[in-house]
This record gives sequence, C-alpha cells and structure tokens, in this order.
Amino acid sequence: MLGHEFMRNAYLAGTFVALACGAIGWFVVLRAQVFAGDALSHVAFAGALGAAAIGIDIRLGLFAATLAVGAGLGGLGERARADDVVIGTVFAWILGLGALFLSIFVSGSSGADGTAAVRVLFGSILGLSAGDARLAAVVAIAACLALAAIARPLLLASLDPEVARGLGVPVRALGIGFFLILGAVAAEATQAVGALLLLGLLAAPGGAARLLTDRPWLGLGLAAAIAVGSMWLGLFLSYEIDSLPAGTAVIGVATAAFLAAAIRDRVRPFPRIAGRTANSPVGARIEL
Amino acid sequence: MSVSTPHVSWDLVTDWEQLTAYPFMVQALEAGAIVAVMAGAIGWFMVLRRQTFAGHTLAIISFPGAAAATLAAIPIAIGYFGACGLGALALAAVGRDGRNGRAGESAAIGTVQAFALGLGFLFVGLYGGQLAGLESLLFGTFLGITKGQVVTLLCIAVATLLLLAAIARPLFFASVDASVARAGGVPTRLLGVAFLLLLGMAVAATAEITGALLVFALLVTPAATAQLLTARPALGLVLSVVLAFLVTWLGLGIAYFSPYPVGFWVTSLSFGLYVLVRLAVELRHPDRGRPTARPPGRGRPNVRIPGQRTTAAGGPGQRTTAGGAGV
Repeated sequence: MLGHEFMRNAYLAGTFVALACGAIGWFVVLRAQVFAGDALSHVAFAGALGAAAIGIDIRLGLFAATLAVGAGLGGLGERARADDVVIGTVFAWILGLGALFLSIFVSGSSGADGTAAVRVLFGSILGLSAGDARLAAVVAIAACLALAAIARPLLLASLDPEVARGLGVPVRALGIGFFLILGAVAAEATQAVGALLLLGLLAAPGGAARLLTDRPWLGLGLAAAIAVGSMWLGLFLSYEIDSLPAGTAVIGVATAAFLAAAIRDRVRPFPRIAGRTANSPVGARIEL
Repeated sequence: MSVSTPHVSWDLVTDWEQLTAYPFMVQALEAGAIVAVMAGAIGWFMVLRRQTFAGHTLAIISFPGAAAATLAAIPIAIGYFGACGLGALALAAVGRDGRNGRAGESAAIGTVQAFALGLGFLFVGLYGGQLAGLESLLFGTFLGITKGQVVTLLCIAVATLLLLAAIARPLFFASVDASVARAGGVPTRLLGVAFLLLLGMAVAATAEITGALLVFALLVTPAATAQLLTARPALGLVLSVVLAFLVTWLGLGIAYFSPYPVGFWVTSLSFGLYVLVRLAVELRHPDRGRPTARPPGRGRPNVRIPGQRTTAAGGPGQRTTAGGAGV
C-alpha cells in the first residue's frame, strides 16, 4: 500500500493533521465549543469557495476566513461559550455567503462543474501532492507546538475561568489564541478531510477521550491517539475497499471509537479512572 | 421596503405582476411562505431551548437521507423524512446523558453530524458522477418546485404546527425551567423527544426546498431576532413567524431580479436584520444582557419557586463549587 506515492502523501499529511485535530478537539470538547468548531469548518468551506470565486489561491481564502472568524469567535469570549444562538446566526449567514460564492464560481468558470466545491466540502486526501502533504504536516506540527505552549494555562482557563483570572491568567487572550490555532488547523485540515468532515476529527476523538478518562493530560493524549488511529485505519480501509471514500472511512472509524467509549461509559458500574467520583470536577464544571 | 427591487421600477404593483408572471415563481412564493411560517414557529422554540446545534445537525442529516434515497431510487421525500426522523431519535438518545453535561452532549451531536455527512458523501460517491446534483441537495431548488410539492408541504406544515400547538404550553414551560416543570409533573423528557421529532419533520419538509445547509437560516435567525425584541412568548412567536415570512419573500423577490441565489439573499436579509436589532437593543439598554423569554409574571400561579431548589439539588451532576454560579 505504501508503495504508492499518493498513499505515502496521504499518510504523511493525515497523521499530523489528525494529531493536531485530536489534541485541539479535546480542548474543544472540554470547553463545550463543538458548535463553534462546526461553525469554523463551514467558514472554511465558504472561504475556500470565496477564494475560488474571485480566482485567488484556495488556501489563502481558507486561512483568511477561518483565522478572521476564529479571532471573532474567540473575541466574544465567555459569551461565545454560552451563546450558541449567536454562533448559529452568524454561521447561517456564512452558509448563505457560501451559496453565493458557489453560484458565482459555477457560473463564472465554464469548466468547473462543482467538482472544486465537492473537493472543498469533502476533501481529497488521496489527491495531495508531495508538497501539499509536507506543507500540511508542517502546519499541523506548528499548531501542535503552539497548543503545547499554551496548554497548561489554557487547561486552567477552560476548567475554571474565574480562578484562572484570579491567578492572573489572561483568559480572554487564551481564548482568542486557541481559536486562532483551531482556525489554522481547520483551514489546513479542509484540504485533507474536507470542510464538512473536519468536525468529525474534532468532536469524536475528543468526546471519546473525555468519556474514557477525567485526567487531563491522559485525555489529551488519548484524543490525539484516537484521531491518528482513525486516520490510519480509515485510510487503510478506503485503500482496501474500492468504493469507500477516505473521508467517510476516517469519520466512520472515529465515530465507532466514540460509540465504543459511550457504551463503555454507560455499562460500566464503577466510577471513572483516577479514583474520583462520577461527578468529576471536570464534568461538573462544564455543566454550568 | 421599496428599495427591495433595485433593478426594476419603483412601482411595486408592476414589480409584483412581474414577480408572479411565471408559475414557478408563484409556487416558490407559496412554498416560501409555508416554510417560513413553519420554520419561524419551530425555530422560536429551538432558540428558546438553545438547541441550535441540534437543529443544524438535523438539517445536515437530511442530506445523506436525500442522497440515500437517490441511490436507492425511492422517492426523495422518504429519504428526507426517514433520515431526519432517525436523526431526531439519535439526538434524543444522545442528549439523554445528563452526566456529561453540555460538553459531552455537544461532542456527541458533533459526532452524529460528521458521521451523517460521511455517509452522505459515501452515497453520493456510490451514486457516481452526478456531482452537480450535490449542490441542489445542499443548497436547494427554490425555483424548481412543483404544485404537488406545495400541497404536500402545506399538509406537513399544518400537521407540524397543530402538533406544536398541542404541546406548546408544556413545552414552553419545560424549555424555560426544566426542573420546575418536572416537579410540576410535566414529562420534560418526552416533550424533548417530541420536539426533536417535530423539528426533524419541519427540517425534512424544508430541506427539499431550501437545501440542507440553508434550512438552518430560517430556523435560527428570525427566532433569535424575535427573542431579542420581546420576552413575551406569544408576541415573540408571532414576530418570529412574521420575520421569517418577510425575509423569505423579500429574498425571493430580490433574487428574482438579481443574478445571485435565493439562499444568499434570505440569509443576508435575516442576518442584517438581526445585527440591526441587536445593535438597537444594546444601544437602548447598554447594561442589560440579552433578554430571554420568560413566563409572564401573572401566569401560572402554581409555579412553586422553592421547589426549584430541591429538585435542582437532587439532580445528578449538580454538586459543584460556587465559583461559576455567576455565569
């Protein structure tokens, strides 16, 4: 399988994109911002179509759109977390913009029959060039490093913003920084798994890891491991089964991991790992 | 309002005659009105219940449903309703897990959505080739509606609205304060499932016309605007329906005279309205947070406020430190 260059490229890009998505996704789930992550993935779609409509590089449109909206969502700060109605409203409009760009793009270029839109929506990990794959890996590693740099204060700010603020942690700046990293990863991952499937790599591994353990660093590692594992297994499955698209396979495996974690969580009679009660500080905090 | 038709005359009567000259446009206006009334009413409850993520996910789920129906060569409406019904049940099952709170629930909803999209992509791939059809699945065919579709849509809308009216009072009560409602004997869980099913029905009926991605705009934005404007439930519901109706017809009208798609105009008009209202509200009451619908003080004298405390403390996962109480 690895004899083919396109598979090697897919594995190179996929591994690091999944690593970044898994690690960030764990924080996204912890901060109850999955809806914001979902919105960002649709922003990536609108941004890419916008770039295609004007005729500039798609990657430029992706990064510009996700970083701008990411900063905006992060700037809303505490309110963004509670207020999914605002996110929903903004994001409904962005979908409308996507429809506009799509119509301009499709009517503007005679040769394009919407294939570009499909590629943006659902990704083309098996069609990456060696340069694309390397770039994806570099961006993903940079995002992981940036996340690692702010991980400790971000964890504190996510678990208990009040206490964090009292200790002098810049909660708001961290929120914006986190969304910028998320935006960069969303833009890069769109090339690989596609805008619409990105959500699966953010939500499923993070959600599964949170069901499996309350320990923060273990959970972070688990989420990244599940994401990378889903990517590897998904790519392998889509290579073996002809009609199975790579994106579907990857999301399918990640969903299966989440389901397994949820079932394990429900049937288990005893409390979670780490000797805490079922009403862990982590879980209880988020409910507020 | 007359600014809405910049490319044509200022005479609105002539404009209206132009607009209704073709049957496809009349049917689009009829369907748009039905969809707007239904989405405005259901969306008001969706926003009140803070279930926008679930609503968006249901809207997305209609896409694999349609793709599967196309693949299996069965009527596409069956695909929409089947997928949205299943999706509503899946979301209800997922939301049941109260122990993990909002974080766990949103992760689960996100996973459901991503998986549904993955399936949709698979079905489109299996169907092969016809990628142009994908856009109409996602962005709708507002201008290609038949008379029969309008009649079907009307029947579904009437059924949905009647069912909604039947559960409206307890649903409102359960949405505003679940623990008090539960203490008062309201079956909040059952109502939650019923509401998700109604939402799924409305989305399935709407998705065929507006497309999977844009259903959401009619559900969330007019309702959010209405809830900014008034905290009174009956007024808010009416306002939400009226706003949804206005943006839909205006959007259709503008799109008719412009080269850009209906979806763009409908979402832009409703978003613009939302931003204006939000600015106006914040200018008038700079210190006040966003008003949310609350039951009017005179209603329901049998609401026992002390009961709230006991039930809330009895629920699982509520044992927290006081730190975040101010949220």
